[in-house]
This record gives sequence, C-alpha cells and structure tokens, in this order.
Amino acid sequence: MLGKLTIDALPFYSWVAMAGAGVTVFGGLIVVALITYLGAWRYLWTEWLTSVDHKKIGIMYIVLALVMLIRGFIDAIMMRAQQAFALNSDGYLPPEHFEQIFTSHGTIMVFFMAMPFLTGLFNIVAPQQIGARDVAFPFMNSISLWLTAAGAGLVLVSLVVGKFSTAGWTGYPPYSGIEFNPGVGVDYWLWALLVSGVGSTMTGINFVVTILKKRAPGMTLMRMPMFSWTTLVVSILIAFAFPALTVVAIQLGLDRYLGFHFFTNGDGGNMMNFANLLWIWGHPEVYILILPAFGVYSEVVATFSGKRLFGYDSLVYATGCIGILSFTVWLHHFFTMGSSANVNAFFGIATMIIAVPTGVKVFDWLFTMFRGRIVFHPSMYWTIGFIVTFVIGGVSGVLLALPPADYLMHNSTFLVAHFHNMLIPGALFGYLAGMNYWFPKAFGFKLDETWGIRAFWFWIIGFYLAFMPLYVLGFMGMVRRMEHYNVAEWQPYLMVAAVGAVFVLIGIACIAMQLYVSVRDRAQAVDATGDPWNGRTLEWATSSPPAPYNFAVIPQVEDIDAFADMKRRGVVGVHPDRYEDITMPKSTGAGVMLGAGGFVLGFAMIWHIWWLAALSLVGAVAILIYRASNDDDEFTIPATEVEAIENKRQFSTLKLPTDLPQPGTDPAAEQPMPGNI
Amino acid sequence: MRRLRTLPVFLAAIALSGCGLGTAPILNPKGPIALAERDLLFTAFYLMLIVVIPVFVLAAVFVWRYRASGGKGQYKPDWSYSAGIDALIWLVPALIVAALGYLLWTTTHKLDPYKAITGTQNPIEVQVVAQDWKWLFIYPEYGIATVNELAFPQERPLSLRITSDTVMNSFMIPALGGQIYAMAGMTSRLHLIADEPGQFTGRNTMFSGDGFADQHFQAYSMSNSDFDSWVQKVRQSETALDQSAYATLAEPSVAHGVEYYSSYESDLFETILAKYAARPAHSSTMTDQ
Repeated sequence: MLGKLTIDALPFYSWVAMAGAGVTVFGGLIVVALITYLGAWRYLWTEWLTSVDHKKIGIMYIVLALVMLIRGFIDAIMMRAQQAFALNSDGYLPPEHFEQIFTSHGTIMVFFMAMPFLTGLFNIVAPQQIGARDVAFPFMNSISLWLTAAGAGLVLVSLVVGKFSTAGWTGYPPYSGIEFNPGVGVDYWLWALLVSGVGSTMTGINFVVTILKKRAPGMTLMRMPMFSWTTLVVSILIAFAFPALTVVAIQLGLDRYLGFHFFTNGDGGNMMNFANLLWIWGHPEVYILILPAFGVYSEVVATFSGKRLFGYDSLVYATGCIGILSFTVWLHHFFTMGSSANVNAFFGIATMIIAVPTGVKVFDWLFTMFRGRIVFHPSMYWTIGFIVTFVIGGVSGVLLALPPADYLMHNSTFLVAHFHNMLIPGALFGYLAGMNYWFPKAFGFKLDETWGIRAFWFWIIGFYLAFMPLYVLGFMGMVRRMEHYNVAEWQPYLMVAAVGAVFVLIGIACIAMQLYVSVRDRAQAVDATGDPWNGRTLEWATSSPPAPYNFAVIPQVEDIDAFADMKRRGVVGVHPDRYEDITMPKSTGAGVMLGAGGFVLGFAMIWHIWWLAALSLVGAVAILIYRASNDDDEFTIPATEVEAIENKRQFSTLKLPTDLPQPGTDPAAEQPMPGNI
Repeated sequence: MRRLRTLPVFLAAIALSGCGLGTAPILNPKGPIALAERDLLFTAFYLMLIVVIPVFVLAAVFVWRYRASGGKGQYKPDWSYSAGIDALIWLVPALIVAALGYLLWTTTHKLDPYKAITGTQNPIEVQVVAQDWKWLFIYPEYGIATVNELAFPQERPLSLRITSDTVMNSFMIPALGGQIYAMAGMTSRLHLIADEPGQFTGRNTMFSGDGFADQHFQAYSMSNSDFDSWVQKVRQSETALDQSAYATLAEPSVAHGVEYYSSYESDLFETILAKYAARPAHSSTMTDQ
C-alpha cells in the first residue's frame, strides 16, 4: 500500500538529522499556525496562490528563493563547521550525512534558490519593462511557479521522510545508479529536478514569447532595456538547455526503476554519456544564472550613475555571444575524462573566448560610471562589489579553461572557490541588487538602506574569508567533498573559511533585519510616484505597486531609455482623453493543484507507491483538460474603474538633472542604431 | 621569463612559509609534467593581469571621482558611446585570449596525459585499478602487485594504464602532475615522471562514497637500486593475488592499509576490464558484424 515507505524512513538514527527534521516540521507548523491565527487562508488563496498576475507570481518566486537560501546556507555552514574540525577525526557528521548535505546544498542553491530568484525578477520586471500588461501565458506561468515549489517541497520533505541523495548535485553515475545507491536519496534528487525542470522549461518558453510578442509599440529589440535583453537570452537558453537535463534525468530514472543500462557499469552502459548530457544543460545553466544578474547590474549602474548605459550595442552583442558560446563549452567540465588533445584544446579555447564578451561587459559598466554622478544605494554597493570580485573569478575560470592547468586543479577546492566566485558575486549579488532596486516597485515602499549596506559588507567580507582560503587549499592538494582529512597544514585555512561562513550568516541576518525594519517603517518610505530612483526604463512609469494591468495606456517608445525620454518630453502623467476597458486573465486554482499533483507524483514515485503515482498523474491530466476546456478565463476592468485608479495616482515629478537636449535633436541619434530588428 | 615564473614561488615561500604553502604540491612540483602545468598556470595569470589591473584601478578611480557627494568628475548624462573605448575593450581581451589560445593549443598537445614521455630510460608500466576505497597497482614487468603504495625509480617515465572496478574515480599525484578519470570497462592513460627521490601523496579526487576521504596512497620515487630492493621486498610477500584474494580485496573497505602481493592472477587487469564489456569482445570490433 505504501510502497517502500515505513516508519524507518523517519530520522531517528542521528540527532543531527532529527534536529534538521524537527526544525523543518516546526517551521512549517509555525507558518500554518500564523496564517490560521491571522485568519489569512482565504486572502492567501484568492489573492496569492491562485493569482496569475506576473507581479504576484514573481514575489512568490522570490519568497521561495529566500526560504531556500536559508536552507541551502545552513547546509553550507554545517559543511564549513565539519571541515574546520575534522582533522584526523570524524567531526560531528558521519560521511553519509555530510554527503547528503553537500548534495542538497548544491541542488538547493542552483535549482531552488537561484532559479526561483531570477525567475521572480523576470516576472516582476520584464513585462513592465517592455510595456506589457502581462506575460504571454499567465496560466502557464502559474504552473511553472507551482511545479518549482513542488520540487523544492520534495527536497525539504527528504529531510524528514527518508534521506536525500549522497551523489553530489551533479549526480554522476554509476555512483548514482541503483547498484551503488539503492536507497530513495537519488530518487528524491531526480524527481525534484524532473518536476521543477518542467516548470523551468515552461518559464523559458513563456518569456521568449512574451518578449518577442508583447513589446510596446516602438520598442524595437535594439531599444529594449538590458534586463529585458538578458531575460530574452536566458529564456532561450532555458528552453534549449533544460530539455537535456530532463532527458538525462529520465534516462537515469529508467536505469534505476526499470533496469535499463544507459549509464551502468557494464551491459553497454556508459557514464560518459551522462557527463556529456548533464553538462550540455549544465554549462548554459551557469549563464542562465549569471546573465539575469548582468541585466540587473546594467539597470542599476545606469540609474545610480544618472546616465545612459555605456556601449548599449556592445552589451547586447556581448550578451548574445555569451548565450551562443555557452552551448559550445560543456566539455571543459571533464577535460580529465581522456579526450584527445585536439578535443580538449578546442573546448578550452571556446571557453576562453567567452571571457572576451564578459570582459567587455565589465568595462561597459565601468564606463557607465565614468562621467556619471554615482549615488551609493545598496544595489550600487552590490554592483561595485560584484565588478571587483567577479574579475577574480574570471581569472580563475580562464586558468581552469587551460586543459593542462585543469588536470592539476580539477575536483580541487580551487574549483569550488572558482564557481562560488562566479555564482555568489556573479549571480546572487545581482539578485540582491535587483531586490533592493525593484522592491519599491513590487510593494510600494523602499527598503531600508542602512541595513542593506550592512548586509553587503558582511556578505562580501564573508565571501572573501570563505573562498580565498579554498583557492589556496587547491594548491595544497585538497579536493572537494572531503568529510575528514589528515593534512594538518589545511586546517588553519579551513578555520578561516568557517569564519567567513559566520560573516555570511550575519549578512543573511542583516537582510532579514532590512526586511523587518522596512516593513515596520514603511509609512516613512512610501514610494508615491512609482519612480523612486529617477529611473530610466518603463517599469518606473507604472505606479508602485502597479495596477493589475500595469499600463492604463500602452506607452509609445522612442528611445532606449524609454521612461527617461518620456520624462524629458514631458509626456509623463498626462491623462488620455478617455480610458478603455482592459481585459485581464482570471485567477485559477489549477496551477496550485497541478503543483500539488507534481509533488504527490514525485513523492509516490520515490517511495514506489504506484497507485498513488497513477492517481496523481490522472488527476493532473484531468485538471489540465478541465482548465483547457474552460473558455471563461478572462475578466474585464471597465474603463471607469481604470480611470478611477489612474486619477488617484501621483506621477513622477523627477527630471533628469541634465542639460536638456535642444528641441529637435533625438538623443537616440547619438548612438548608432542598427535598424529595427 | 624563467625568473618571472619562479617569482610567485619565491614570494609564496617567504610570505607563507609558516602557512604550509612551502610544501604545497602544486606550487612545488617534483617532476617536469607538474612543473610545466604549474608554469602554464602562472604565465596565463600574468597575461590576464593586463585586463584585471585596469579593472581594479578604473573601478576605484571612477567610484571616487564620480561620486554624487563631492566627486570632482564632470557630469555628462548623455555620454554613452566612444568608438575608441569600444574598440579597445573588445580588442585587448581578444588579443590576450588569442595569445592564451596559442599557448593553450601547444601546451595541451605537449602535456596530453596519453602522450608517452620520451626520455633516455625506458618507461616502467604500472596498471592501476580503482576500488572502493583504495588503489591497486599491478607491475606486469615484475609480476608483483601492491595496494595503496606506488614505488618507481626516479627519472624513469611512469606509464600508467588506469581503470576502475567500481564507480568513477580520478587518479592524481599532485606533486607529479595532473589527473585522469578511472572508469570501469575502459582504460585511461597517464604519463608521469619524478625528478628526484621523494614521497608524494596521491589520491582519488572524484567523490566515490563513504570511504572517499581516506582513499589516498603514498607514491615513492627512488634510485634504481632502492627500487630493486623494493621489488625484492614485495616478491618476498607470502600473499598472492589469486582469484579469491582479488574478490576479497574488491569488497569495499575504508582506509585500507598497504598490501604486497608476490604474484597475481595472470591477465588480472584485462580480466577486470572484461567484466564490464558489453559483449565478450570489445564492442568496437563487433559493430561490423
């Protein structure tokens, strides 16, 4: 009846595991109790969970990301604590537990922290930035969110019921195969990836179509803000890369469930195919995580330098180059698998070529600050911290791109330091900059700057303390994923790294404080105009928070910095003669239910509860058919109501502090514009 | 150039001798392969400073000069393009990458782990088998085998054939040079050489399960005469690696001690490989049938 699920699945075997399960269950209960106490279930259901509004979906994505950031960070600090003390001793974690922790840390940070965070930013910002009222497929957007949440739920449940994978976040076979890993751990990992991967693929498709089809009149591709450009390129990458992950996960699943031999030792299986397929997804994934942050930095640096972005065309082409090249370098993740020198050299050179457009971007941001007037908002702190730190990661990346150097450094802590050096400043700092930058747009009040700047300093100092020692340890021959070690020279460095993790912990606490203080003092930080930073792009033309339809009248775009241009022309806050009815999609519970179906399907498959798996699959298909045959999925906001909402608005009175151009000169003409694409 | 390359080692030795860097195997290689790999690392690092240092300097100067509160820099909000700067920021990184690319192409071929080392002395062949969680070394030339101890004469090229009798492993001796994966049913190659007598730690770098952290071994390079007496010592072992002894050895074991085998089952390495063959013969020869 319950498949492999018995009472032994509960973590009574170790106090550390039990504590983890306890915290998870307790945390869940507190949230449920709080919602019940506040009587907020109905509000939550009608206003949030069932919403197909891209702004609310975006906020929910980011809430998910922040929760998973805390979970992933607890894993990280536990690993640092273990390694700081495990010289010639077992530390406090047995190997199997340590292995689950490094696996869940990587899985959570990539799939359930970074992916939801960037998707949340896409959702909140991209449609507004291109002057659209919603994404192309609002209901599909809701499904994407809830499938991602279902995957995250599976990882969280694995802490309480059963165990998580011990195979690392990349899950290389044959170790992750049924022969060496018969437990449910790898299945948890597989189903979390499969369920959320479908959601991510749909996000990719959704935003490709949104950006290609829903831009405001006049917004040619070459007038699109940089964040929307990165959204477009990343969405294309997602749509092409994630299917490879889904396929490789299904293949490994067939090996594990039905005795196939795709990746087994012997019987015709070959683990090298897994490595190739995984990284054909995995390398574009790196740019899926980083490019959105590049988009954020581009917006932030222009706004807070009070200046047009330097080298817009270069930035667009560099983004495109990076997107294309990201599919040509996957083999550098396994130079040591024995490919011929020609193959290794080809992929090494392809990898180094990516450094060129990336370097161009860094200089473009620097020259945006040049001749600007820089305001040190927290998001600008994150940006400058990123520029300086990311360059170091770029250097270590080019070193690893040299195959003979990679033979020395592969699998070492130098590699661990390298990719954290890319993903913490290169992705997470950008998401946090974006959170500070667009928070008033989403909620109508600004985030506290003092706590934001404190968070930045603790994070960046913590980053250097935690990862510079790992670079050194790589030279000293330490490899990744060691539960204990016998080399005394390593220990001081590991202790410094552990101190770094404590700094990051304080940094996370500062972010929590920032949110708390900002909510408490929100009355003093209200953003009444919708344009708190003297913004340059269209999302600042809406009110904060925006009306459900974003734009009562779709703006006409005439410049790259469309909103700055509108302010200059004095067309902001001008009411039209008459408003029109606006049709918007209705909320629906089908997305939540499909997410629940995905979760139950995954859980049932993990524990071999076949009847439940069949039931949830049939249920999910039934919901889809029911929803697809319901044509009454839109509602109309009458023109009078739109007018009432718009009449209440205050409009931005900010003007660019600039010598206004002479009448008749088009500011866009200063820049070569390669036609309407 | 030579002096330039040794500079960081020198600096590291002074600044960090108390921190264990003086003995860091990657920085203080004991063989020409590892030395060439390390020097490549340093050369590439210096080349990249051409881009990195300007980034640091420009970031500091621009942030200071153009700060809104009291910066002395001129404010030009619509200045957003300069063909000269655009050309410079594309061309300089591109030239550096071109230079690095040339370096990459030549060194990747020169340091191909599959390429035999040409020297005055004939190479010594050792067959290496990764097991859970230990390393088996077979010396076909001498008819002996060991576990977790690899000895070889200095200045004589070490020619390794590597496979796995378990999950994917990666074989590495950091002081002598880079690594290669060990995979069941496949042979990978690695060629190393030591300049001087010494003791080096080697290990599996690819996570492989509960005993992974202890899966390291000692490698010894020694003079020819010392090596001969080492071989004699192993030959005097009373244990032989026959079929049943191999089956026992292949069982997972953590922190396995050193073992000497005076003889081994004939064609042991080939037998281990054949266990994982899809069909009796190599599949590549079967495709035509």
